[in-house]
Amino acid sequence: MSNKSSVEPITQQYVIPGTDFTRAGEASSKVKTILKRLGYDPDAIRRVAIAMYEGEINMVIHAHGGTAKVEIFPDRVEIALCDQGPGISDVSKAMEEGYSTAPDEVRALGFGAGMGLPNMKKCSDDMRVHSIIGKGTDVYMTIRVRGTGN
Amino acid sequence: MKLGNIVELLDAKVLCGDDMDMEIQTACGSDMMSDALAFIEDQAMLLTGLINPQSVRTAEMLDMRCICFVRGKMPGDDVVELARERGITVLTTRYRMFSACGKLYQAGLRGGDC
Ligand SMILES: Nc1ncnc2c1ncn2[C@@H]1O[C@H](COP(=O)(O)OP(=O)(O)O)[C@@H](O)[C@H]1O
Ligand SMILES: [Mg+2]
Repeated sequence: MSNKSSVEPITQQYVIPGTDFTRAGEASSKVKTILKRLGYDPDAIRRVAIAMYEGEINMVIHAHGGTAKVEIFPDRVEIALCDQGPGISDVSKAMEEGYSTAPDEVRALGFGAGMGLPNMKKCSDDMRVHSIIGKGTDVYMTIRVRGTGN
Repeated sequence: MKLGNIVELLDAKVLCGDDMDMEIQTACGSDMMSDALAFIEDQAMLLTGLINPQSVRTAEMLDMRCICFVRGKMPGDDVVELARERGITVLTTRYRMFSACGKLYQAGLRGGDC
């Protein structure tokens, strides 16, 4: 029997442009389309989509863009979001619901309620944030898939 | 409730989508997309005053089937086109958020939390 986690993943890589807020979400949308086509469980697809979308938005509004790497395994989806933005000085504070440093312009666009990171955590089964001030932020999320057709 | 019913109740204009028999049972009203995204229960419809593309993206991530813009707001063609691409029906109503939600609630639509 082969170990499920040793299966070669389907890997997707995206550049998230930092200058165009209207395009934020394109990468998440593409991932969602791929997972649907592969027949993944709708609940898992939604959790992947929401978690990645909030992460994408964060890279655009807080970090001038970044990159997303998505690895699709039969039993899980792993997402790595990496940017070279300003970093987060207090990650545990940033994880609190309602904590936001977003300016009012961002709130006028529908984001900046301080709900992104906590929701990303809620949607994923495992989430790690590595951030260095002045260097950037890496967010790693794993979403487990139940009921794949594989 | 059928989408056609909702269009009637809100005296709404349909900007894209044509399945008026589509069943909508739950809805959510918000101008803050992160708030909508934090409620991952099944909700079929988003009422919002936010007419940028992120309203469509948010609906898409949540598997919503319909967006209704309130206060007579008109989204740009790019926003309607994006919704069409993603199979999301777009409405616009002259009613404000509170009244639009109230009308739908009174007619039996629910928020999914009660
Ligand atoms: N990629 C990032 N780079 C720098 N700061 C970030 C990043 N992601 C989140 N943050 C910080 O964490 C805070 C909380 O994030 P989040 O919960 O998504 O709320 P919001 O984006 O609505 O402000 C942000 O206001 C910001 O200060
Ligand atoms: Mg955020």
